[in-house]
Amino acid sequence: MNLEEFIENFAAQFDDTEADQFTADTKFKQLDEWSSLAALSIIAMVDDEYDVIIKGNDIISSDTIKDLFDVVVNLRG
Amino acid sequence: MEYNNPFSLQGKTILITGASSGIGQATAIACAQMGADVVITGRDAERLQATADLMGEAKGQIVADLIVQEDVEKLVAALPPLDGAVLCAGNSTTLPLQFGTREKFDDMFDVNFFAPVELLRLMYKKKVLQKGASVVLIASIGGTHSFMPGNGVYGASKAALNSVMKYAAREYASRKVRVNSICPGMVDTPLIHRGTITEEQLAEDAKRYPLGRYGRPDDIAHGAIYLLSDAASWLTGHDLVIDGGFSI
Repeated sequence: MNLEEFIENFAAQFDDTEADQFTADTKFKQLDEWSSLAALSIIAMVDDEYDVIIKGNDIISSDTIKDLFDVVVNLRG
Repeated sequence: MEYNNPFSLQGKTILITGASSGIGQATAIACAQMGADVVITGRDAERLQATADLMGEAKGQIVADLIVQEDVEKLVAALPPLDGAVLCAGNSTTLPLQFGTREKFDDMFDVNFFAPVELLRLMYKKKVLQKGASVVLIASIGGTHSFMPGNGVYGASKAALNSVMKYAAREYASRKVRVNSICPGMVDTPLIHRGTITEEQLAEDAKRYPLGRYGRPDDIAHGAIYLLSDAASWLTGHDLVIDGGFSI
């Protein structure tokens, strides 16, 4: 899996945040649009696209999109 | 003066599904404490035994996976005549609707809808449910309210179950079999601690309940006892909301 594509899939879960706001270093929980439903969508997207189950705590412990990408990479083994 | 406690389950034989954990386990223990002969079923023999140990004694322990038709048929064939049944076996998922594919719906409906509906159908058709028996289905306020984001797939399966409950109540009344459901709010069981929702989020969510906490399995078990007992003899087709005031 590659980071660019992950960022794209991540960004697709948002409606009002401009696409150029999403980079590897984006601190996603600081986005105005961040919500508990967005968190659920990210979890579901990762299950859908990458076939691994991440938990709410994985999101809490990740600051940037790259952090979460690394979690998913690790889980995929 | 002699007093016959109308809430007693003395002398009643009652089946509990999903008895290995959560609401099912609490209900099995509570029914045994109220004097019932309790038959328990679940998917895993060891976990079922753990429930039986907590009950002191089970009248029967039958291992069955209720989404497997053959298991349901074997279970029904093995059951003694019943005065009551509480169908607790179920599952949940937290998934925004845009990810709710047919496959996700099918998985949820297999467990939460088709399995209990088929068991109910066979127990009635084979007359395992005796005249005057009481059936309790565990539905959810997720079937009547959008109580939390991401519960649409789960909620739909419980809404469907609640609908069948009402038709069964009307039709089975001819044999004086009562059918009711309980619609719990969030109950603290292993189902809600799978990590999709963090413990912090759960604690925050519990504050939305007027009575200040999530339900305990016993809160639901005690409602089931009422519905099973002679105290509820004139009650059928009812969905009993037990939710700490959430849906007020």
